[in-house]
Amino acid sequence: MNEVMDAPSLATILTATLLIAGAAVAFIGSFGLLRFSGFYQRVHAPTLGTTLGTIFIAAASMIYFSPLGIRPVLHELLIIVFIITTTPITLMVLVRAARFRDGAGSKPASHGEK
Amino acid sequence: MSTMLAWSITAAQVLLGLAMACAAFRILWGPRAQDRIVGFDTLSVNTMLLLLAFGIRSGSVLYFESALIVGLLGFVSTVALAKFLLRGEVIE
Repeated sequence: MNEVMDAPSLATILTATLLIAGAAVAFIGSFGLLRFSGFYQRVHAPTLGTTLGTIFIAAASMIYFSPLGIRPVLHELLIIVFIITTTPITLMVLVRAARFRDGAGSKPASHGEK
Repeated sequence: MSTMLAWSITAAQVLLGLAMACAAFRILWGPRAQDRIVGFDTLSVNTMLLLLAFGIRSGSVLYFESALIVGLLGFVSTVALAKFLLRGEVIE
């Protein structure tokens, strides 16, 4: 824990706050996944929660590692961009599969080329 | 001040563990297959966040790369499972 001792205090406070906020948002999203009743309600909660939770916790990691000079801070931006890009794709593909399984019409046109 | 950071990391890890427990409950007792897939996606993202928290606690570089790999593999396997639900096969 020597690295923790050397960190400046403002960065420490920001890191702690962002960590707690991100973990709380991720927990609220997963708890919504547990609590909602139908699938189409349930699919909303974890995507919202984990996107904002990922942004907060990756920002906490950036703020914590940048004064220490251990490594460049820009690597967490990779995770943020990746999660923001892939979460809507996951939701769209899953809801399309669920609508197909519920028998709502035939297969979508973009997938009916076979 | 370092005590505050250590306690906040512990609290964040406990919250993320509870979130993973919610997702595991949805995987085990999900009524249908798409509920289980949503639970798996949530579990992989929460695993990634927990690995980032471990990286902040230990000050190590290795946890970040494993978090990136867990995020990538979670997305790919979620899309593959949804494609399997949609078409009945993954690679056609």
